[in-house]
Amino acid sequence: MVRLNGVAIQGYGGYVPRYRIRAEEIGRLWGREKQELPIEEKAVAGLDEDSVTMAVEAARIAVKRAGIDPKKIGAIHVGSESKPYAVKPTGTIVAEAIGAGQNILAADLEFACKAGTEAIQLITGLVESGRIEYGLAIGTDTAQGRPGDALEYTAASGAAALLIGRLTDDAVASIEAWSSYVTDTPDFWRREHENYPSHAARFTGQPAYFRHVLGSINELLSDEGYSTKDIDYFVFHQPNVKFPLAVAKALKLEREKISSGLISGFLGNPYSATSLLGLVKILDGAKPGDVILLASFGSGAGSDAYIIRVLDGIEEKRDRAPKLKDFIERKIYIDYASYARFRGKLRLR
Amino acid sequence: MGKVYVAGVGLTKIGEHWDRGLEQLMVEAALKALEDAGLSHVNSIYVGNMAGEFLQEQAHLGAIIAEDLGMVGTPAYRVEAANASGAAAIHAGALEIASGKADAVLVVGGEKLSDGLIEEVSSALLMGERQEYEGFIGADFYSINALLYKLYMKRYGVKDDVIAVFPMLSHRHAKGVAHAQYPFEVSLEKILSSPYISEPLRRFEISGVGDGAAAIVLIGEELKSKVKAPKTELYISSATDFTTPFEREDPLRFQSLDVAVNKVLDEAGVDRKDVDLIEIHDATSIMAAISLESSGFAEPGESGKLAMNGEFDLSGRLPYNTFGGLKARGNPFGATGVYQVAELHLQLTGRAGKNQVDSPKVGMAQSLGGVGATAIVTLLKAI
Repeated sequence: MVRLNGVAIQGYGGYVPRYRIRAEEIGRLWGREKQELPIEEKAVAGLDEDSVTMAVEAARIAVKRAGIDPKKIGAIHVGSESKPYAVKPTGTIVAEAIGAGQNILAADLEFACKAGTEAIQLITGLVESGRIEYGLAIGTDTAQGRPGDALEYTAASGAAALLIGRLTDDAVASIEAWSSYVTDTPDFWRREHENYPSHAARFTGQPAYFRHVLGSINELLSDEGYSTKDIDYFVFHQPNVKFPLAVAKALKLEREKISSGLISGFLGNPYSATSLLGLVKILDGAKPGDVILLASFGSGAGSDAYIIRVLDGIEEKRDRAPKLKDFIERKIYIDYASYARFRGKLRLR
Repeated sequence: MGKVYVAGVGLTKIGEHWDRGLEQLMVEAALKALEDAGLSHVNSIYVGNMAGEFLQEQAHLGAIIAEDLGMVGTPAYRVEAANASGAAAIHAGALEIASGKADAVLVVGGEKLSDGLIEEVSSALLMGERQEYEGFIGADFYSINALLYKLYMKRYGVKDDVIAVFPMLSHRHAKGVAHAQYPFEVSLEKILSSPYISEPLRRFEISGVGDGAAAIVLIGEELKSKVKAPKTELYISSATDFTTPFEREDPLRFQSLDVAVNKVLDEAGVDRKDVDLIEIHDATSIMAAISLESSGFAEPGESGKLAMNGEFDLSGRLPYNTFGGLKARGNPFGATGVYQVAELHLQLTGRAGKNQVDSPKVGMAQSLGGVGATAIVTLLKAI
C-alpha cells in the first residue's frame, strides 16, 4: 500500500450517451432467454460519438465542477481500449477541446478495463511531486463485444474524468492511498487489427477478476491499512451484475455499502470508465467524511485500488455541473438494427 | 479367471482447477488411492481419459503418469471409450488381474475440461458420436438427448417433471459432499425454469463442465490376504450398440446397458433385486430415466414416478447416485467412471460418511460412452 500526501480530487465528471439497448433486444437476435441475460440494458454511443468525444464531455464537466482555469492543467492522461486512432493521441484532442494549454503532458494508456484508474496513479504522482498543479485522469470507452458473444450484452459506452490537484480546503475528496496488483494472466485480449476482443470464458472469473480485485483491495485492508468498517462505500469494476456482488460477499460487506456504486445493470460495462462512473455516482450522493474504496480491474490482468475520503468541498461543487443521474435518466431506446449501425457492426465493404 | 478386488480409492474435488494441470490431478488421485490401499507399487497402470489429445494436446498419458508417480518401468496405457473411458480403464485393469498376469493394478481416470472454451468442450463431447453422421449436421450430444426426451414424453404421455426429477435427486444427494462440484440442492421448480439447452432439455438437466481425477487400486487373490485395507469384490462387463440411438430398434432403450447389466449380474451370481445401491450415468436427465428402464430397475416410462415416490432416495429401495452422480458430483469425462466405482467402494466398506447407505452388500455402477453406444457396468460386492 502506498499512502498519498496532499493530493485531492478537485472536480469530477461522468458522461453516458443517450442511447440504450435492452439486453432482451440483443437476446432476441441471438436466441437467448431473458433469465440468461447478464444485465437489463446498456448505454450505446451515437453515430457522432467515440471514446474521444465522450472523454471531452466528461472532462468538461470535471473542469466545470472544479471551477479552475483549464490553462492550469499540466497533464491529461486518457485510458481507453477503443481509441478511434491506432496512432494519434486522444489526450491532445481532449486538451485542445477543453482549452488547456500547449505546455502540457498528454499521453494515452491501455490496460483493458483499468486504464482509467492507472491515469489516476500517474496524475497523483505528478501533483504530489509538484511538477504540475492540476491534471486530468480520464477513463473512456466505446467497448467492443463480438456480435453474439457473451460480451455483447454488456460492452457499453461511457466516460469519466477526475480533475486532480493539491489538497485544499475546497477539495471534493482526498486520495489517501493506493495499491496495485498485476500478473500475467491472459483472460481477455484483442490483437492488432482485430475488431473484437477474445476471452477465455469462465477463466476471467476466479483466476482473473476475483484474484486481482481482491489482491489490490486486501493490500489496502492489510494490518497497517484500513478496515472494511472504516469504509462507507465500495465500488468495483463491473463486467456484469454478479461479479461485484460476489466481491462484496467475499469481503462480507453490507449491501448498502455497495449498492450506490453499481451501474452495470442499467448502463452496462463501458470498460475503462466503469469503476470510475461508479465512483462518480457515489460522489454525487456522498457527504463530507465518507470514505470510499474504489477497485478497478483490467484483463491481462490487474487491479488498482484507492481510498478516497470525501471532503467539505463536495457540498458546493457537486451542483456546479450535471450529475450522473441526469445522464442515466436521459435515454432513447434503440433496436438492434440501429445499434449495429451506430457501433459500426455493419461493414459495407 | 481369478477374482478381482478393489483395495483402495482416491478422489480429487471436482471443480475448475485453474492452477493445476491434468497430470497433477491424476497424480493426486493416484497417490491417495495407493495410500488407501497401503501399496507403493503396482504391476500395471491404466489411465482413463477422453479429451486430453484435443484439449491439452497431450496423448501418451500412460507413460507420463507412470513417470510422475515415480513408477518408470511399469507398463502403462491410456484407454478411451468416450465418456466411459474411466470405466473402460477399470475393465482393462480388471481383466489383467483376472488373467493372472498382474496382482496389483492402478486405474486412474482424469479430465481437465476447463482448459478448453465451452465450444471446445462441446466439440470434445461430440467426438463420442459419429462425426460423419451426427457431428457434421450439427446434431450434438444434447440435441440427440432432446430428441429422446421428446420421444419419451410422447410415448409415455408424461410431462418433463418426471424426467427433471433425476437432477433434483442427484443434487439432493450431493449436498455437503466434499469432492462434489455442486454440493447443494436444486429444486424441481428451479430445474424446470432454467433455460433450454436444446428444447425440451434444460440447462439444469445436464452435467456441468469440471476438472477432476479419481483412482482405484485393483488387486488379485494373492495380495488379498496381505493388504489390510478394506476391500470389495469387483465384477465388470461391457457391451456396445449402434452409435446413434436412431439406428437402434428402440431409441428409448440402451440395449448395450441391458446386455452388460445382465452379463455382470450373471457373472456375479446376483439377482437384480439384490442390488442395494446404483450409480447411474446421468449426463442428462433423460439418460438417467432411460438407463434405469433399459437395465430393468424400472418399467418403461415408470422411473420418474419411482423417483418421485422416494424409491431412489438414500433411504429408499434402491439408493441412486449417492454422492450426486454426474449431475451434481460432476462429470469430468474420462474420470467419471472411476468416481462411480470409487464411491460404491466407499459405500460398501462403510466409509461414505453422512451419505452412508444402510449396510449395503451389492452396488452397481453404469457408465456410458456417447448416448449409450458403449455401456460398462461394474458390480461391487461387500466382503
